[in-house]
Amino acid sequence: MHSTSHSASDSSSDGAARSASQRSAHGSSPSALESALQEAGAVKEAQAWPLLEHQGGLMLAVKATLVRDLTLLLRRRGEVLNPLVFFALVITLFPIAISPDPELLAVIAPGLLWVAALLAALLSLDSLFRSDYDDGSLEQLLLATQPLAALSLAKVAVHWLLTGLPLALMAPLLGIMLALPAGSYAVLALSLALGTASLSLIGAIGAALTVGLARGGVLLSLLILPLYIPVLIFGAGAVQAAILGDGVAAHLAILGALLAAALMLAPWAIAASLRISING
Amino acid sequence: MSLCLQARQLSCERDDRSLFTGLDLDIRSGEIVRIEGPNGSGKTSLLKILSGQLSDYQGELFWNGAPMKRVREHFLANLLYLGHAPGIKAGLSPLENLAWYQALSGEQNVGGHSEDQRLDALEQVGLAGFEDVPAGQLSAGQQRRVALARLTLSPRALWILDEPFTAIDRHGVAALERQLTMHAEAGGCVIVTTHHALTASPLLRRIALG
Repeated sequence: MHSTSHSASDSSSDGAARSASQRSAHGSSPSALESALQEAGAVKEAQAWPLLEHQGGLMLAVKATLVRDLTLLLRRRGEVLNPLVFFALVITLFPIAISPDPELLAVIAPGLLWVAALLAALLSLDSLFRSDYDDGSLEQLLLATQPLAALSLAKVAVHWLLTGLPLALMAPLLGIMLALPAGSYAVLALSLALGTASLSLIGAIGAALTVGLARGGVLLSLLILPLYIPVLIFGAGAVQAAILGDGVAAHLAILGALLAAALMLAPWAIAASLRISING
Repeated sequence: MSLCLQARQLSCERDDRSLFTGLDLDIRSGEIVRIEGPNGSGKTSLLKILSGQLSDYQGELFWNGAPMKRVREHFLANLLYLGHAPGIKAGLSPLENLAWYQALSGEQNVGGHSEDQRLDALEQVGLAGFEDVPAGQLSAGQQRRVALARLTLSPRALWILDEPFTAIDRHGVAALERQLTMHAEAGGCVIVTTHHALTASPLLRRIALG
Protein backbone atom coordinates (compact mmCIF):
# COMPACT_ATOMS: atom_id res chain seq x y z
CA MET A 1 0.00 0.00 0.00
CA HIS A 2 1.22 3.44 -0.86
CA SER A 3 0.75 5.84 1.90
CA THR A 4 2.20 8.93 0.25
CA SER A 5 -0.29 11.34 -1.18
CA HIS A 6 0.24 12.31 -4.79
CA SER A 7 -0.78 15.74 -5.76
CA ALA A 8 -1.27 16.98 -9.27
CA SER A 9 1.66 18.90 -10.67
CA ASP A 10 -0.43 21.79 -11.90
CA SER A 11 -2.78 22.71 -9.15
CA SER A 12 -3.57 26.29 -8.59
CA SER A 13 -1.97 28.35 -11.35
CA ASP A 14 -4.25 30.18 -13.70
CA GLY A 15 -5.13 28.50 -17.01
CA ALA A 16 -3.36 30.67 -19.56
CA ALA A 17 -0.16 30.97 -17.57
CA ARG A 18 -0.09 27.26 -17.15
CA SER A 19 -0.49 26.48 -20.81
CA ALA A 20 2.12 29.07 -21.68
CA SER A 21 4.67 27.51 -19.37
CA GLN A 22 3.84 24.09 -20.68
CA ARG A 23 4.20 25.12 -24.26
CA SER A 24 7.49 26.85 -23.60
CA ALA A 25 8.70 23.56 -22.23
CA HIS A 26 8.58 22.34 -25.83
CA GLY A 27 11.33 24.75 -26.76
CA SER A 28 9.72 27.65 -28.63
CA SER A 29 10.99 31.17 -27.95
CA PRO A 30 8.78 33.47 -25.85
CA SER A 31 7.87 35.92 -28.63
CA ALA A 32 7.01 33.19 -31.11
CA LEU A 33 5.09 31.54 -28.33
CA GLU A 34 3.02 34.61 -27.65
CA SER A 35 2.05 35.04 -31.27
CA ALA A 36 1.26 31.37 -31.50
CA LEU A 37 -0.95 31.73 -28.46
CA GLN A 38 -2.70 34.72 -29.95
CA GLU A 39 -3.22 32.83 -33.17
CA ALA A 40 -4.60 29.89 -31.31
CA GLY A 41 -6.86 32.27 -29.44
CA ALA A 42 -8.04 33.82 -32.68
CA VAL A 43 -8.78 30.41 -34.08
CA LYS A 44 -10.77 29.63 -30.95
CA GLU A 45 -12.86 32.75 -31.35
CA ALA A 46 -13.53 32.17 -35.03
CA GLN A 47 -14.16 28.45 -34.91
CA ALA A 48 -16.54 27.10 -32.38
CA TRP A 49 -18.11 23.72 -32.56
CA PRO A 50 -21.88 23.95 -32.73
CA LEU A 51 -23.13 22.57 -29.43
CA LEU A 52 -26.08 20.25 -29.64
CA GLU A 53 -29.21 20.40 -27.59
CA HIS A 54 -30.62 17.15 -26.32
CA GLN A 55 -32.84 15.89 -29.13
CA GLY A 56 -35.26 13.48 -27.53
CA GLY A 57 -35.71 10.25 -29.43
CA LEU A 58 -36.37 8.18 -26.32
CA MET A 59 -38.60 5.69 -28.10
CA LEU A 60 -35.96 5.23 -30.77
CA ALA A 61 -33.30 4.46 -28.17
CA VAL A 62 -35.55 2.11 -26.21
CA LYS A 63 -36.54 0.27 -29.37
CA ALA A 64 -32.95 -0.01 -30.53
CA THR A 65 -31.94 -1.39 -27.11
CA LEU A 66 -34.78 -3.94 -27.25
CA VAL A 67 -33.75 -5.07 -30.73
CA ARG A 68 -30.09 -5.19 -29.79
CA ASP A 69 -30.60 -7.32 -26.69
CA LEU A 70 -33.03 -9.65 -28.44
CA THR A 71 -30.58 -10.14 -31.30
CA LEU A 72 -27.72 -10.77 -28.92
CA LEU A 73 -29.59 -13.32 -26.83
CA LEU A 74 -31.05 -15.11 -29.84
CA ARG A 75 -27.51 -15.49 -31.14
CA ARG A 76 -26.42 -17.07 -27.87
CA ARG A 77 -29.21 -19.60 -27.55
CA GLY A 78 -27.43 -21.62 -24.88
CA GLU A 79 -27.90 -18.82 -22.40
CA VAL A 80 -31.61 -18.59 -23.18
CA LEU A 81 -32.12 -22.35 -22.98
CA ASN A 82 -30.25 -22.84 -19.68
CA PRO A 83 -33.07 -21.75 -17.32
CA LEU A 84 -35.66 -23.63 -19.38
CA VAL A 85 -33.64 -26.85 -19.26
CA PHE A 86 -33.09 -26.36 -15.52
CA PHE A 87 -36.85 -25.93 -15.01
CA ALA A 88 -37.65 -29.08 -17.02
CA LEU A 89 -34.97 -31.14 -15.24
CA VAL A 90 -36.09 -30.21 -11.73
CA ILE A 91 -39.73 -30.95 -12.48
CA THR A 92 -38.83 -34.25 -14.16
CA LEU A 93 -36.81 -35.40 -11.16
CA PHE A 94 -39.52 -34.86 -8.55
CA PRO A 95 -41.95 -37.66 -9.55
CA ILE A 96 -38.96 -40.01 -9.74
CA ALA A 97 -37.62 -39.01 -6.33
CA ILE A 98 -40.92 -38.71 -4.40
CA SER A 99 -43.56 -40.97 -5.83
CA PRO A 100 -45.44 -41.31 -9.11
CA ASP A 101 -48.72 -41.25 -7.15
CA PRO A 102 -50.89 -38.65 -8.99
CA GLU A 103 -52.84 -37.63 -5.89
CA LEU A 104 -49.73 -36.80 -3.90
CA LEU A 105 -48.13 -35.00 -6.86
CA ALA A 106 -51.24 -32.96 -7.55
CA VAL A 107 -51.05 -31.55 -4.01
CA ILE A 108 -47.47 -30.37 -4.27
CA ALA A 109 -47.51 -29.50 -7.98
CA PRO A 110 -48.40 -25.76 -7.73
CA GLY A 111 -45.70 -25.03 -5.19
CA LEU A 112 -43.14 -27.17 -7.00
CA LEU A 113 -43.76 -25.57 -10.37
CA TRP A 114 -43.56 -22.10 -8.87
CA VAL A 115 -40.40 -22.74 -6.86
CA ALA A 116 -38.64 -24.34 -9.83
CA ALA A 117 -39.65 -21.48 -12.13
CA LEU A 118 -38.49 -18.91 -9.57
CA LEU A 119 -35.09 -20.56 -9.22
CA ALA A 120 -34.78 -20.86 -12.99
CA ALA A 121 -35.47 -17.15 -13.35
CA LEU A 122 -32.94 -16.41 -10.60
CA LEU A 123 -30.34 -18.51 -12.38
CA SER A 124 -30.48 -16.34 -15.48
CA LEU A 125 -30.34 -13.00 -13.67
CA ASP A 126 -26.61 -12.80 -13.11
CA SER A 127 -25.91 -12.39 -16.82
CA LEU A 128 -28.41 -9.54 -17.23
CA PHE A 129 -25.87 -6.71 -17.05
CA ARG A 130 -22.67 -8.77 -16.85
CA SER A 131 -21.63 -8.72 -20.50
CA ASP A 132 -22.46 -5.03 -20.83
CA TYR A 133 -20.31 -4.32 -17.79
CA ASP A 134 -17.41 -6.37 -19.12
CA ASP A 135 -17.27 -4.91 -22.62
CA GLY A 136 -17.84 -1.30 -21.64
CA SER A 137 -21.29 -0.81 -23.15
CA LEU A 138 -22.71 -0.21 -19.69
CA GLU A 139 -20.59 2.95 -19.36
CA GLN A 140 -21.97 4.09 -22.70
CA LEU A 141 -25.50 3.32 -21.54
CA LEU A 142 -24.91 5.50 -18.48
CA LEU A 143 -23.57 8.33 -20.63
CA ALA A 144 -26.52 8.30 -22.99
CA THR A 145 -28.74 11.35 -22.90
CA GLN A 146 -31.76 9.09 -22.52
CA PRO A 147 -32.93 8.25 -19.00
CA LEU A 148 -31.15 5.16 -17.76
CA ALA A 149 -34.36 3.89 -16.14
CA ALA A 150 -36.08 3.59 -19.52
CA LEU A 151 -33.12 1.87 -21.13
CA SER A 152 -32.77 -0.62 -18.29
CA LEU A 153 -36.50 -1.29 -18.48
CA ALA A 154 -35.93 -2.31 -22.10
CA LYS A 155 -33.22 -4.71 -21.00
CA VAL A 156 -35.47 -6.21 -18.33
CA ALA A 157 -38.28 -6.58 -20.86
CA VAL A 158 -35.98 -8.64 -23.08
CA HIS A 159 -34.99 -10.76 -20.10
CA TRP A 160 -38.64 -11.48 -19.33
CA LEU A 161 -39.50 -12.19 -22.98
CA LEU A 162 -36.76 -14.81 -23.21
CA THR A 163 -36.93 -16.24 -19.68
CA GLY A 164 -40.21 -15.55 -17.87
CA LEU A 165 -42.55 -15.92 -20.81
CA PRO A 166 -41.05 -19.24 -22.05
CA LEU A 167 -41.14 -20.55 -18.46
CA ALA A 168 -44.82 -19.64 -18.20
CA LEU A 169 -45.59 -21.31 -21.52
CA MET A 170 -43.64 -24.43 -20.58
CA ALA A 171 -45.18 -24.81 -17.13
CA PRO A 172 -48.55 -26.37 -18.19
CA LEU A 173 -46.63 -29.01 -20.12
CA LEU A 174 -44.61 -29.90 -17.05
CA GLY A 175 -47.79 -29.66 -15.00
CA ILE A 176 -49.09 -32.68 -16.89
CA MET A 177 -46.09 -34.61 -15.61
CA LEU A 178 -47.04 -33.67 -12.05
CA ALA A 179 -50.67 -34.69 -12.63
CA LEU A 180 -51.86 -31.12 -12.20
CA PRO A 181 -55.68 -31.06 -12.48
CA ALA A 182 -56.76 -30.06 -15.98
CA GLY A 183 -58.65 -26.88 -15.06
CA SER A 184 -55.65 -25.04 -13.63
CA TYR A 185 -53.32 -24.90 -16.64
CA ALA A 186 -54.42 -21.49 -17.81
CA VAL A 187 -54.16 -20.01 -14.31
CA LEU A 188 -50.70 -21.56 -13.90
CA ALA A 189 -49.45 -19.99 -17.13
CA LEU A 190 -51.07 -16.64 -16.40
CA SER A 191 -49.81 -16.44 -12.81
CA LEU A 192 -46.30 -17.34 -13.95
CA ALA A 193 -46.38 -14.80 -16.77
CA LEU A 194 -47.43 -12.04 -14.36
CA GLY A 195 -45.18 -13.24 -11.56
CA THR A 196 -42.00 -13.72 -13.58
CA ALA A 197 -42.33 -10.18 -14.89
CA SER A 198 -42.17 -8.94 -11.30
CA LEU A 199 -39.32 -11.37 -10.63
CA SER A 200 -37.34 -10.00 -13.59
CA LEU A 201 -37.88 -6.42 -12.45
CA ILE A 202 -36.98 -7.05 -8.80
CA GLY A 203 -34.11 -9.35 -9.73
CA ALA A 204 -32.65 -6.74 -12.06
CA ILE A 205 -32.11 -4.44 -9.06
CA GLY A 206 -29.97 -7.11 -7.44
CA ALA A 207 -28.21 -7.87 -10.71
CA ALA A 208 -27.40 -4.18 -11.12
CA LEU A 209 -26.08 -3.94 -7.57
CA THR A 210 -23.81 -6.98 -7.91
CA VAL A 211 -22.62 -6.49 -11.48
CA GLY A 212 -19.35 -4.96 -10.35
CA LEU A 213 -18.49 -7.88 -8.09
CA ALA A 214 -16.45 -10.76 -9.47
CA ARG A 215 -18.59 -13.44 -7.81
CA GLY A 216 -21.88 -11.73 -7.17
CA GLY A 217 -24.06 -14.78 -7.79
CA VAL A 218 -24.57 -15.90 -4.18
CA LEU A 219 -24.95 -12.37 -2.88
CA LEU A 220 -27.51 -11.72 -5.62
CA SER A 221 -29.59 -14.70 -4.47
CA LEU A 222 -29.41 -13.60 -0.84
CA LEU A 223 -30.43 -10.05 -1.71
CA ILE A 224 -33.25 -10.97 -3.99
CA LEU A 225 -34.89 -14.10 -2.55
CA PRO A 226 -36.62 -12.33 0.37
CA LEU A 227 -38.19 -9.92 -2.10
CA TYR A 228 -39.40 -12.83 -4.21
CA ILE A 229 -41.43 -14.37 -1.43
CA PRO A 230 -44.65 -12.32 -1.84
CA VAL A 231 -44.72 -13.14 -5.54
CA LEU A 232 -44.18 -16.83 -4.75
CA ILE A 233 -46.97 -16.90 -2.15
CA PHE A 234 -49.59 -15.31 -4.35
CA GLY A 235 -48.45 -17.12 -7.52
CA ALA A 236 -48.60 -20.57 -5.99
CA GLY A 237 -51.77 -19.51 -4.15
CA ALA A 238 -53.49 -18.70 -7.43
CA VAL A 239 -52.81 -22.18 -8.80
CA GLN A 240 -53.91 -23.82 -5.51
CA ALA A 241 -57.13 -21.82 -5.61
CA ALA A 242 -57.76 -22.91 -9.21
CA ILE A 243 -57.31 -26.57 -8.20
CA LEU A 244 -59.66 -26.21 -5.24
CA GLY A 245 -62.17 -24.40 -7.42
CA ASP A 246 -61.99 -21.13 -5.45
CA GLY A 247 -61.89 -17.78 -7.16
CA VAL A 248 -58.50 -16.95 -8.58
CA ALA A 249 -59.23 -13.30 -9.32
CA ALA A 250 -57.96 -12.03 -5.98
CA HIS A 251 -54.63 -13.80 -6.28
CA LEU A 252 -54.12 -12.69 -9.86
CA ALA A 253 -55.12 -9.14 -8.93
CA ILE A 254 -52.47 -9.06 -6.22
CA LEU A 255 -49.88 -10.44 -8.67
CA GLY A 256 -50.93 -7.70 -11.06
CA ALA A 257 -50.63 -5.08 -8.34
CA LEU A 258 -47.15 -6.35 -7.43
CA LEU A 259 -46.19 -6.11 -11.09
CA ALA A 260 -47.57 -2.58 -11.36
CA ALA A 261 -45.63 -1.50 -8.30
CA ALA A 262 -42.46 -3.16 -9.61
CA LEU A 263 -42.92 -1.49 -13.00
CA MET A 264 -43.23 1.90 -11.32
CA LEU A 265 -40.36 1.64 -8.87
CA ALA A 266 -37.87 -0.94 -10.12
CA PRO A 267 -36.55 1.00 -13.16
CA TRP A 268 -35.40 3.86 -10.93
CA ALA A 269 -33.84 1.46 -8.45
CA ILE A 270 -32.09 -0.38 -11.28
CA ALA A 271 -30.73 2.87 -12.69
CA ALA A 272 -29.47 4.00 -9.29
CA SER A 273 -27.91 0.59 -8.62
CA LEU A 274 -26.11 0.65 -11.96
CA ARG A 275 -24.65 4.06 -11.13
CA ILE A 276 -23.44 2.73 -7.79
CA SER A 277 -21.87 -0.30 -9.45
CA ILE A 278 -20.06 1.81 -12.03
CA ASN A 279 -18.75 4.02 -9.24
CA GLY A 280 -17.31 1.11 -7.30
CA MET B 1 -21.04 29.17 -28.51
CA SER B 2 -17.67 27.75 -27.62
CA LEU B 3 -17.45 25.00 -25.10
CA CYS B 4 -15.73 25.17 -21.81
CA LEU B 5 -15.24 22.48 -19.20
CA GLN B 6 -13.86 23.62 -15.88
CA ALA B 7 -12.90 21.82 -12.74
CA ARG B 8 -12.26 23.56 -9.43
CA GLN B 9 -10.26 22.01 -6.60
CA LEU B 10 -10.83 18.49 -7.83
CA SER B 11 -9.63 15.77 -5.47
CA CYS B 12 -10.08 12.07 -5.76
CA GLU B 13 -9.27 9.30 -3.35
CA ARG B 14 -9.42 5.62 -4.12
CA ASP B 15 -8.82 2.84 -1.59
CA ASP B 16 -7.41 5.30 0.98
CA ARG B 17 -4.90 6.58 -1.54
CA SER B 18 -5.20 10.12 -2.75
CA LEU B 19 -4.86 10.20 -6.53
CA PHE B 20 -4.84 13.95 -7.00
CA THR B 21 -5.74 16.92 -4.84
CA GLY B 22 -6.69 20.51 -5.61
CA LEU B 23 -6.70 20.05 -9.37
CA ASP B 24 -7.90 23.06 -11.36
CA LEU B 25 -8.69 22.56 -15.01
CA ASP B 26 -9.87 24.92 -17.68
CA ILE B 27 -10.51 23.16 -20.95
CA ARG B 28 -11.80 25.11 -23.93
CA SER B 29 -12.62 24.76 -27.62
CA GLY B 30 -9.70 24.07 -29.90
CA GLU B 31 -7.57 22.22 -27.40
CA ILE B 32 -6.14 18.75 -27.20
CA VAL B 33 -5.53 18.07 -23.54
CA ARG B 34 -3.33 15.14 -22.78
CA ILE B 35 -3.48 13.70 -19.29
CA GLU B 36 -0.14 12.17 -18.41
CA GLY B 37 1.12 10.10 -15.55
CA PRO B 38 2.44 6.69 -14.60
CA ASN B 39 0.16 3.66 -14.30
CA GLY B 40 -2.20 3.99 -11.39
CA SER B 41 -1.84 7.76 -11.14
CA GLY B 42 -5.55 8.30 -11.66
CA LYS B 43 -5.79 9.14 -15.36
CA THR B 44 -8.81 6.95 -15.95
CA SER B 45 -10.43 8.12 -12.72
CA LEU B 46 -9.98 11.74 -13.79
CA LEU B 47 -11.56 11.03 -17.19
CA LYS B 48 -14.45 9.25 -15.51
CA ILE B 49 -14.98 12.18 -13.19
CA LEU B 50 -14.84 14.65 -16.07
CA SER B 51 -17.32 12.58 -18.09
CA GLY B 52 -19.67 12.41 -15.12
CA GLN B 53 -19.47 8.69 -14.40
CA LEU B 54 -17.66 8.83 -11.07
CA SER B 55 -19.34 10.86 -8.40
CA ASP B 56 -16.82 9.88 -5.75
CA TYR B 57 -14.77 13.08 -5.72
CA GLN B 58 -14.43 16.44 -4.03
CA GLY B 59 -14.51 19.69 -5.94
CA GLU B 60 -16.76 21.15 -8.56
CA LEU B 61 -17.28 20.77 -12.29
CA PHE B 62 -18.63 23.48 -14.55
CA TRP B 63 -19.90 23.13 -18.10
CA ASN B 64 -20.01 26.44 -19.96
CA GLY B 65 -20.01 28.22 -16.64
CA ALA B 66 -22.94 26.38 -15.13
CA PRO B 67 -22.60 23.71 -12.43
CA MET B 68 -22.45 20.28 -14.02
CA LYS B 69 -25.37 18.87 -12.04
CA ARG B 70 -27.75 21.39 -13.55
CA VAL B 71 -26.63 21.07 -17.18
CA ARG B 72 -25.77 17.39 -17.23
CA GLU B 73 -28.11 16.59 -20.10
CA HIS B 74 -26.68 19.32 -22.30
CA PHE B 75 -23.19 18.15 -21.39
CA LEU B 76 -23.96 14.53 -22.27
CA ALA B 77 -25.52 15.57 -25.58
CA ASN B 78 -22.15 17.04 -26.54
CA LEU B 79 -19.90 14.38 -25.11
CA LEU B 80 -18.37 11.36 -26.76
CA TYR B 81 -16.56 9.12 -24.28
CA LEU B 82 -14.53 6.10 -25.32
CA GLY B 83 -13.37 4.09 -22.34
CA HIS B 84 -10.76 1.44 -21.72
CA ALA B 85 -13.15 -1.23 -22.94
CA PRO B 86 -14.29 -0.41 -26.47
CA GLY B 87 -18.00 -0.95 -25.71
CA ILE B 88 -18.43 -3.16 -28.74
CA LYS B 89 -20.71 -6.19 -28.52
CA ALA B 90 -18.95 -9.34 -29.69
CA GLY B 91 -22.20 -10.88 -30.87
CA LEU B 92 -23.16 -7.98 -33.14
CA SER B 93 -21.59 -6.91 -36.41
CA PRO B 94 -19.81 -3.53 -36.59
CA LEU B 95 -22.79 -2.11 -38.47
CA GLU B 96 -25.23 -3.27 -35.80
CA ASN B 97 -23.02 -1.95 -33.04
CA LEU B 98 -22.88 1.49 -34.63
CA ALA B 99 -26.62 1.44 -35.34
CA TRP B 100 -27.30 1.01 -31.63
CA TYR B 101 -25.01 3.88 -30.71
CA GLN B 102 -26.68 6.09 -33.30
CA ALA B 103 -30.12 5.26 -31.97
CA LEU B 104 -28.94 5.69 -28.39
CA SER B 105 -27.86 9.25 -29.08
CA GLY B 106 -31.31 9.97 -30.48
CA GLU B 107 -30.26 10.35 -34.09
CA GLN B 108 -33.30 10.04 -36.27
CA ASN B 109 -33.83 8.16 -39.54
CA VAL B 110 -32.16 4.86 -38.83
CA GLY B 111 -33.21 3.90 -42.38
CA GLY B 112 -31.09 3.94 -45.50
CA HIS B 113 -29.51 7.36 -45.08
CA SER B 114 -27.76 6.62 -41.83
CA GLU B 115 -26.81 3.14 -43.01
CA ASP B 116 -24.66 4.92 -45.61
CA GLN B 117 -23.17 7.06 -42.85
CA ARG B 118 -22.26 3.96 -40.89
CA LEU B 119 -20.68 2.33 -43.93
CA ASP B 120 -18.67 5.51 -44.59
CA ALA B 121 -17.54 5.70 -40.98
CA LEU B 122 -16.41 2.08 -41.04
CA GLU B 123 -14.58 2.62 -44.31
CA GLN B 124 -12.76 5.60 -42.81
CA VAL B 125 -11.40 3.50 -39.98
CA GLY B 126 -10.26 0.85 -42.47
CA LEU B 127 -12.95 -1.72 -41.82
CA ALA B 128 -14.46 -1.88 -45.31
CA GLY B 129 -15.37 -5.49 -45.94
CA PHE B 130 -15.83 -6.29 -42.26
CA GLU B 131 -19.21 -4.58 -41.87
CA ASP B 132 -21.17 -7.76 -41.31
CA VAL B 133 -18.61 -9.94 -39.55
CA PRO B 134 -19.49 -10.51 -35.88
CA ALA B 135 -17.25 -8.18 -33.87
CA GLY B 136 -16.13 -11.10 -31.73
CA GLN B 137 -14.25 -12.48 -34.73
CA LEU B 138 -12.37 -9.23 -35.29
CA SER B 139 -8.95 -8.56 -33.75
CA ALA B 140 -8.60 -6.32 -30.70
CA GLY B 141 -7.35 -3.50 -32.91
CA GLN B 142 -10.25 -3.87 -35.30
CA GLN B 143 -12.74 -3.81 -32.44
CA ARG B 144 -11.10 -0.61 -31.21
CA ARG B 145 -11.49 0.80 -34.71
CA VAL B 146 -15.22 0.06 -34.64
CA ALA B 147 -15.44 2.15 -31.48
CA LEU B 148 -13.35 4.89 -33.12
CA ALA B 149 -15.77 4.96 -36.05
CA ARG B 150 -18.17 6.65 -33.63
CA LEU B 151 -15.92 9.72 -33.72
CA THR B 152 -16.83 10.27 -37.35
CA LEU B 153 -20.37 9.00 -37.04
CA SER B 154 -21.67 11.20 -34.23
CA PRO B 155 -20.41 14.77 -34.36
CA ARG B 156 -19.87 15.79 -30.75
CA ALA B 157 -17.87 18.75 -29.53
CA LEU B 158 -16.09 17.17 -26.59
CA TRP B 159 -14.18 13.93 -26.96
CA ILE B 160 -12.94 12.16 -23.86
CA LEU B 161 -10.76 9.26 -24.96
CA ASP B 162 -9.15 6.81 -22.58
CA GLU B 163 -6.15 5.16 -24.26
CA PRO B 164 -7.65 5.34 -27.75
CA PHE B 165 -4.43 4.16 -29.38
CA THR B 166 -4.44 0.77 -27.62
CA ALA B 167 -4.03 -2.11 -30.10
CA ILE B 168 -4.07 0.26 -33.10
CA ASP B 169 -1.33 -0.17 -35.74
CA ARG B 170 1.09 2.58 -36.74
CA HIS B 171 -0.96 3.87 -39.70
CA GLY B 172 -4.05 3.89 -37.56
CA VAL B 173 -2.27 5.88 -34.87
CA ALA B 174 -1.17 8.52 -37.39
CA ALA B 175 -4.66 8.75 -38.85
CA LEU B 176 -6.25 9.06 -35.43
CA GLU B 177 -3.76 11.74 -34.42
CA ARG B 178 -4.67 13.70 -37.57
CA GLN B 179 -8.32 13.28 -36.69
CA LEU B 180 -7.76 14.64 -33.18
CA THR B 181 -5.92 17.67 -34.55
CA MET B 182 -8.63 18.31 -37.14
CA HIS B 183 -11.30 18.10 -34.47
CA ALA B 184 -9.50 20.63 -32.30
CA GLU B 185 -8.90 22.92 -35.28
CA ALA B 186 -12.59 22.81 -36.11
CA GLY B 187 -13.38 24.12 -32.64
CA GLY B 188 -13.90 20.83 -30.89
CA CYS B 189 -12.05 19.68 -27.83
CA VAL B 190 -10.22 16.47 -27.01
CA ILE B 191 -9.19 15.12 -23.63
CA VAL B 192 -7.01 12.08 -24.05
CA THR B 193 -4.80 9.73 -22.09
CA THR B 194 -2.16 7.79 -23.94
CA HIS B 195 1.33 6.43 -23.56
CA HIS B 196 2.02 7.18 -27.22
CA ALA B 197 4.19 10.17 -28.02
CA LEU B 198 1.82 12.65 -29.65
CA THR B 199 3.31 15.00 -32.22
CA ALA B 200 3.84 18.43 -30.70
CA SER B 201 1.22 20.88 -31.86
CA PRO B 202 0.26 24.37 -30.65
CA LEU B 203 -3.12 22.93 -29.76
CA LEU B 204 -1.66 20.28 -27.49
CA ARG B 205 -1.63 20.87 -23.75
CA ARG B 206 -0.28 18.49 -21.15
CA ILE B 207 -1.51 17.86 -17.65
CA ALA B 208 0.63 15.64 -15.50
CA LEU B 209 -0.72 13.58 -12.64
CA GLY B 210 1.09 11.65 -9.94
